[in-house]
Amino acid sequence: MIKTDIAIVGGGPAGLCAAISAASQGANVTIIEKASNLGGQLIKQTHMFFGSQKQYASTRGIDIPDILMNELKKLGSLVNVMLDSTVLGLYEDGVLTVEQNNKYIKIKPDSIIIATGASEKFLAFPNNDLPGIYGAGAVQTLMNVHGIKPGNKVVMVGAGNIGLIVSYQLLQAGIEVKAIIDAAPKIGGYYVHASKVRRMGVPILTSHTVKYAHGKEVLKKVTIVKLDNNWQEVPGSEIDIDADVMCISVGLSPLAELLWQVGCDMIYVPELGGHVPVRNQELETSVKGVYVAGDVAGVEEASSAMVEGRLAGLCAAKNLGYAKENFEELKNDCIEQLYSLRSGPVGEKIRAGLSKVIV
Amino acid sequence: MRINEHPILSFTKGKLVKFTFDGKEYEGYEGEPIAAALHAAGIKVLGHTHELGRPRGFYCAIGNCSSCLMTVNGEPNVRVCVEKLKEGMVVETQKGRGELK
Ligand SMILES: Cc1cc2nc3c(=O)[nH]c(=O)nc-3n(C[C@H](O)[C@H](O)[C@H](O)COP(=O)(O)OP(=O)(O)OC[C@H]3O[C@@H](n4cnc5c(N)ncnc54)[C@H](O)[C@@H]3O)c2cc1C
Ligand code: FES
Repeated sequence: MIKTDIAIVGGGPAGLCAAISAASQGANVTIIEKASNLGGQLIKQTHMFFGSQKQYASTRGIDIPDILMNELKKLGSLVNVMLDSTVLGLYEDGVLTVEQNNKYIKIKPDSIIIATGASEKFLAFPNNDLPGIYGAGAVQTLMNVHGIKPGNKVVMVGAGNIGLIVSYQLLQAGIEVKAIIDAAPKIGGYYVHASKVRRMGVPILTSHTVKYAHGKEVLKKVTIVKLDNNWQEVPGSEIDIDADVMCISVGLSPLAELLWQVGCDMIYVPELGGHVPVRNQELETSVKGVYVAGDVAGVEEASSAMVEGRLAGLCAAKNLGYAKENFEELKNDCIEQLYSLRSGPVGEKIRAGLSKVIV
Repeated sequence: MRINEHPILSFTKGKLVKFTFDGKEYEGYEGEPIAAALHAAGIKVLGHTHELGRPRGFYCAIGNCSSCLMTVNGEPNVRVCVEKLKEGMVVETQKGRGELK
């Protein structure tokens, strides 16, 4: 049985920041990451980030993990990293079970920070299981991490930020994007992203959805259809588009299995992407010593995931007795950063969601 | 279908290795996911469902959804979107649910 002060499940932006801040206060931390590298979703984000300087705005997502890793290195032996290690179970006695290279390992931490991120949602339409229909994040991984074209002609479903950004990245890789469609009457993502792809000649069709995917073994053609004000199909408005790839980018839902397993109180909050745990200001769930940070606590952005990670790390360390004199100052800084990230009309949905789960 | 030129990224590849898919020989780069090597070779169909025989490809590409299960070196239910390619691997379409040994 491995012992550590704080086990951090997931080495994305939230988990990395949690590790940095907890170890900075003097706690011994273990990051457990199922992939072969740290960074989570950041490793495929080739675009410059939004937010403020403190969250590395105008740095490309792919460059942020290196910055965080340098911070981690300075903390020396307080930080342990387990790669290729999947947390399988989290038990009521606080034991975590991990699979690493076909070995089964048990870890008994004093506290746990869950930062497992989110997974892509799916959409219902006839033949939605044909090969060629992929999550937008999957296409991004294939193209930006592995250097492989997903296909030649793409229909993007979803005009939120992810749909818009991945469309732009497809164009950068020399792949044709036939159209971006969205069932909503308005583009969900930022207009800067939308105008970038529009300028490159990609139509964005709002109030449109997928009616049918065609193909026997692989995707060949997509039929889209217009929706009226009541979200009903407009008869005769079908358009056929030749495409060998359809990207589904209709949102993410928190990867909350471990939280369910350990018995956290969960609430369904559509604004946050699905079932999320009830938590206090310090990001501790209803199960003492189990904290959350990042997309698993509510689907948001890397910027807020990083600040939440810092906050959860700080508080988890303090509650185990590791607090330096700057603790209060750092904690208040995190709370202020989160407040400003979530202010204004862009943060309205998140604020509404969080008001249901913070006790 | 590999990306050879990219305005922002350059791709560092492992060494070129050979593997087989359903008995036919293919090449890919060591350390890349098996699914990536197959996709680069134009193979999108990774298996068929047990009941209805519908074709299956990958979906999430990061090991979350189990849409990409194949038999690798005789072991069934391997998520090929995250399993790394090695020299001489025997990759096969999985028939049935696979047995635990
Ligand atoms: C196309 C796209 C564009 C984006 N653009 C922006 C942007 O411009 N600005 C911005 O701020 N945000 C952006 N985001 C969002 C941002 O990437 C995410 O909000 C952020 O990565 C969430 O961080 P996280 O650490 O919570 O989760 P993740 O980054 O998903 O990391 C979770 C980690 O946990 C690991 N994990 C999961 N389960 C287990 C387990 N059981 N055991 C071990 N490890 C596990 C995963 O492998 C992963 O590495 C974008 C996202 C996408 C997809
Ligand atoms: S494609 Fe989702 S697990 Fe492999």
